[in-house]
Amino acid sequence: MKHIKTINKANLKQSAEKGGCGKCQASCQSACKTSCTVANQKCERDA
Amino acid sequence: MIHKFFNNGMYIVLDVNSGGVHVVDELAYKLLDHISPPLAKDCPEQAITALSGEFSQQDIREVYSELYELYEQKILFSEDDYEKYALTAVASPIKALCLLVALDCNLRCEYCFAGKGDYGKGRTLMDIQTAKRAIDFLIEKSANRRMLEVDFFGGEPLMNFDVVKQTVEYARSLEEKYDKRFRFTVTTNGLLLDDEKIDFINREMYNVVLSADGRKCVNDRMRKRVDGTGSYDSFMPKFKKLAALRGDKEYYVRGTYTKYNLDFTEDIMSLYNEGFDQISVEPVIAAPSEPYALTEQELPAVFAEYDKLADKLRGLRAEGKHLNFFHFMLDLDQGPCAIKRLRGCGCGNEYAAVSPDGSIYPCHQFAGVEEYKMGSLNDGSFNTDMKLQFARAHVYSKPECSRCWAKFYCSGGCNANNYLYAGDILNAYKLSCDIEKKRLECALTLKAERLIEQGV
Repeated sequence: MKHIKTINKANLKQSAEKGGCGKCQASCQSACKTSCTVANQKCERDA
Repeated sequence: MIHKFFNNGMYIVLDVNSGGVHVVDELAYKLLDHISPPLAKDCPEQAITALSGEFSQQDIREVYSELYELYEQKILFSEDDYEKYALTAVASPIKALCLLVALDCNLRCEYCFAGKGDYGKGRTLMDIQTAKRAIDFLIEKSANRRMLEVDFFGGEPLMNFDVVKQTVEYARSLEEKYDKRFRFTVTTNGLLLDDEKIDFINREMYNVVLSADGRKCVNDRMRKRVDGTGSYDSFMPKFKKLAALRGDKEYYVRGTYTKYNLDFTEDIMSLYNEGFDQISVEPVIAAPSEPYALTEQELPAVFAEYDKLADKLRGLRAEGKHLNFFHFMLDLDQGPCAIKRLRGCGCGNEYAAVSPDGSIYPCHQFAGVEEYKMGSLNDGSFNTDMKLQFARAHVYSKPECSRCWAKFYCSGGCNANNYLYAGDILNAYKLSCDIEKKRLECALTLKAERLIEQGV
């Protein structure tokens, strides 16, 4: 494409189909303790 | 739903429901103002008419065909069909506990949400029996979850260090029997750190959060010792020692900015210049009547400061240096799944807090709020209806969130802040939302710049 560059490959919809295993860290336990930024958490499905 | 913005010379379009991030040119950016789903194969005439004074008709049609291709790939104007997953985690096990091992503190920080350390409940320490019961409770409620998290929090948890040590020892002794793995974290102001504690923390704690606000003058204005003097000189050498000995393990220096330091980039850089490269500095959350509170009036300055911080980080990167700012971290490809993103921290559902008297709350910020006491370790009570209430607090049950472009990044915000400052766990706290959205735009811009540099 000449006018548009898509910078990510993942699609949230695909993540929903196999998601919800709950293995990931509770986001509030990470660094903030007051406000949530969930999108910076790691997926730990295979951890 | 899409969200588009212009930042640092870049036109960025976020397709909210697929998570697609597109860097576009000016024409594509403007054309998006004139089209809405469902898209037809050919560019609407009214869009061509609207833009033909600025751009050639051929270019407009060409850009439209590219946008249409993204639409066909379902990464532009993709549909929101996640609500069917909203109740997926309703029967979640509890996997994380915050242990308020000390409702006491050796600092008197002006902005402390915990009533200067005691949550308004009187200064008390958790005894080991209660801490052990909390570990037993977590194991029992965790069902098939193997990775369990325990955060030692306060007040100042190192004021009750023996109980911290014994709790870790107790939990570790049960790992094999119950096939669980504990991840411990601690949040400390550092005053009581010594070699023994640093060694223990670096050995046992998966993450450590070191509380400091940045420049000495800024820190000492808010983070005061009991006698009113500043705390900076007491903790800084200890934090440096802990971080230096920590190796590759995670830590964050975590600060708070207020109305008094709207130039908080200087505080982040001050911490960086002291040798820390994992930093989280956050807006104070306080009643607007507090003199240090952030209000809507400060937002333009706060937004400009995040742009300034992003510029600083660009500068460091250009020099081959690295500073990880927690709220600019964004993984667009390996981040959390959509289901995780529906309800954020999981407080009251997957996560709870225990106070020294054995009371259970949805999280540390609810501690002492009688209305939100979930139960007690002493009598085994646990309010499953309240757990359900929190499980159902997802982005589709929060009216402002369901309409918001940032919902899959902040996941509905902090329920405690919503309750305390917007009156209900389901009401978004607008000030936090506005700041979060600005941080996200900066984070997306930095990410896009880096990926383009890498030739994506």
